[in-house]
Amino acid sequence: MTEEKQKDFIRIRNVSKHFGDFVAVDDVDLTIGQGELFSILGGSGCGKSTLLRMMAGFETPTGGTIEIDGVNVTALPPYERPVNMMFQSYAIFPHMNVEKNIAYGLRKDGLAEGEIAQRVDDMLGLVQLGDFRKRKPDQLSGGQRQRVALARALIKEPKVLLLDEPLAALDKKLRERTQFELMNIQDKLGITFVVVTHDQEEAMTLSTRIAVMEKGRFLQIGEPKEIYEYPRSRFVADFIGTINTFEGNVAESGADTITVNCPDVPAPVHVLRDAEVNVDVDAGQSVCIAVRPEKIFISLEQPEDDEAVRIRGVVDDLGYFGNRSLYRIRLETGRMIQVSRQNQRRSAKRFVEWDDEVWVSWRPRSAIIITSED
Amino acid sequence: MAATGESMTWRRVAVALPYLWLLVFFLLPFAIILKISLADPIIAQPPFTPIFNEQGGLSVTLDNFLFLLTDKLYAITYLKSVLMALAATVLCLLLGFPMAYGIARSAPSVRSLLLLLIVLPFWISFLLRVYAWMGLLNNYGVINNTLMWIGIIDQPIQIMYTDFAVFIGLTYSYLPFMILPLYATLERMDLDLIEAAQDLGASRTQSFWDVTWPLARPGVIAGCLLVFIPAMGEYVIPYLLGGPESLLIGRVLFDEFFVNRDWPLASSVAIVLLLLLVVPIVFMQRNEAKLEEAE
Repeated sequence: MTEEKQKDFIRIRNVSKHFGDFVAVDDVDLTIGQGELFSILGGSGCGKSTLLRMMAGFETPTGGTIEIDGVNVTALPPYERPVNMMFQSYAIFPHMNVEKNIAYGLRKDGLAEGEIAQRVDDMLGLVQLGDFRKRKPDQLSGGQRQRVALARALIKEPKVLLLDEPLAALDKKLRERTQFELMNIQDKLGITFVVVTHDQEEAMTLSTRIAVMEKGRFLQIGEPKEIYEYPRSRFVADFIGTINTFEGNVAESGADTITVNCPDVPAPVHVLRDAEVNVDVDAGQSVCIAVRPEKIFISLEQPEDDEAVRIRGVVDDLGYFGNRSLYRIRLETGRMIQVSRQNQRRSAKRFVEWDDEVWVSWRPRSAIIITSED
Repeated sequence: MAATGESMTWRRVAVALPYLWLLVFFLLPFAIILKISLADPIIAQPPFTPIFNEQGGLSVTLDNFLFLLTDKLYAITYLKSVLMALAATVLCLLLGFPMAYGIARSAPSVRSLLLLLIVLPFWISFLLRVYAWMGLLNNYGVINNTLMWIGIIDQPIQIMYTDFAVFIGLTYSYLPFMILPLYATLERMDLDLIEAAQDLGASRTQSFWDVTWPLARPGVIAGCLLVFIPAMGEYVIPYLLGGPESLLIGRVLFDEFFVNRDWPLASSVAIVLLLLLVVPIVFMQRNEAKLEEAE
């Protein structure tokens, strides 16, 4: 036995799930490493929950295999899998108190009462519910119920913990705090977490890696930063945060820079090649330039940087969010783009107003090229 | 503030109404029955002695209750009624639970149709349905004829006019009262709970006993009461389907009242029947509340 963490702790191979004519999960492959906090991100109906339920054993795949720690679990019923699940509804047993809910899994394993008591105590400490052990679920707040659900799923020390929208039912403040608690607990126990979520912000902060799912398939799998900074398709770019896209044709595909002509931009746009942006493009190919709103600068004067992409526009709308402001700029072609700007200075006076003529600009390194059609 | 005062008045009226209803249609008749049960039977109109005699003194007697205690027939009849009602309740539960479960888990489009089928018999007169059972259970009824035609039996089995026929009749008639409250609790149940139990290591059977059954308990209790209470006092079914030996308390009550015209004894039979029902139910409900506290 090696202490080294397995890279392919969970192996999902060619897994599909059909409900009649509807294909919920379409022939997907995925490997998740031991101790990872992996998120499957997608909109409703993208197949993420079905995939999770197949890992838990509540659905049988139409095709393909699921292996956990080298064991093929595809045909095993839920109660024989080394996996536990935290339900979106929490599914806390309403007729049992906190303690009995948490102890349930150990009781089913037939452990001695002494050991059960000890482990329940430890778990109550971990999720900070020691004072609530005798409470009934209907006497708990949303956050407390969430922790009962977590404790109940963790107490069997599963090899994998599946979490279905773990934070969706909490309000914003509580969600942020719970995110960090969840990460701490995962770090402390070293259990592999697989989280299903529709909330891209949640996925970004929680996960070591994210898989973006759409129509039963993975569009991109990678670290949060990779997915955010280098989306490989328009769907991923748009799903994770906001992005400005400019359609265009490749003018020149050089060794260091790619030059693209975009109808919305007066001058040719240069995009720097680097380790991540290293696409094969030919001259004349239609591509898409994508820039995040926070990577675009806004100024009243024309920027001096000659390398930068500079476009004139008019402030169409602006929104104040406290820490940052969001601007919608109408370009000369009528195209709208979004720019965000940190409010670094405390000032009652806005730095630009509605209908001001401004310059927007970004550095060649800030943009990426998307070649895929979707 | 005037509006609040007005709504308070209305709230009081709304709360008072059911109490008023119970007072007029339950407590008052009960008081009258209680009064009659303490009188002596006489051949007159009405057939019992007045509660106040000519001198204005109270004239009550416990003779009727003492008679019920000393005559073994009544004790046996009460016991038999309890057993019969219990047996019918248990069979209703055994048949009703899977049916209610099946309906609650069926596709929503089929569900309303299935529920309709459960209540459909109510559209036909109760008496007609019992007569239909007579046609089925007769010596030359549908069941016996079919069995003889197949060749399983040579001569009819006596089903009609036995306790067994009463048992079948009670179960058939009260089954919907078991199914409906059970359905109501099972339908509300969160299916995630069963999956959660299985996820935590419970087999299908274990998840049923750990989760489904305890959560269905309010429905089970309601259903059992709805079957047991009317079955206990049932008169028509034992009268029509039962034989001379299937003496159930409802029948005895009827006979005392209309055949013997012994109103005071009939009233005391009714009061003992009520006590037999109310005392255990109150006890059970208190127990249930305690159980809830403990968990």
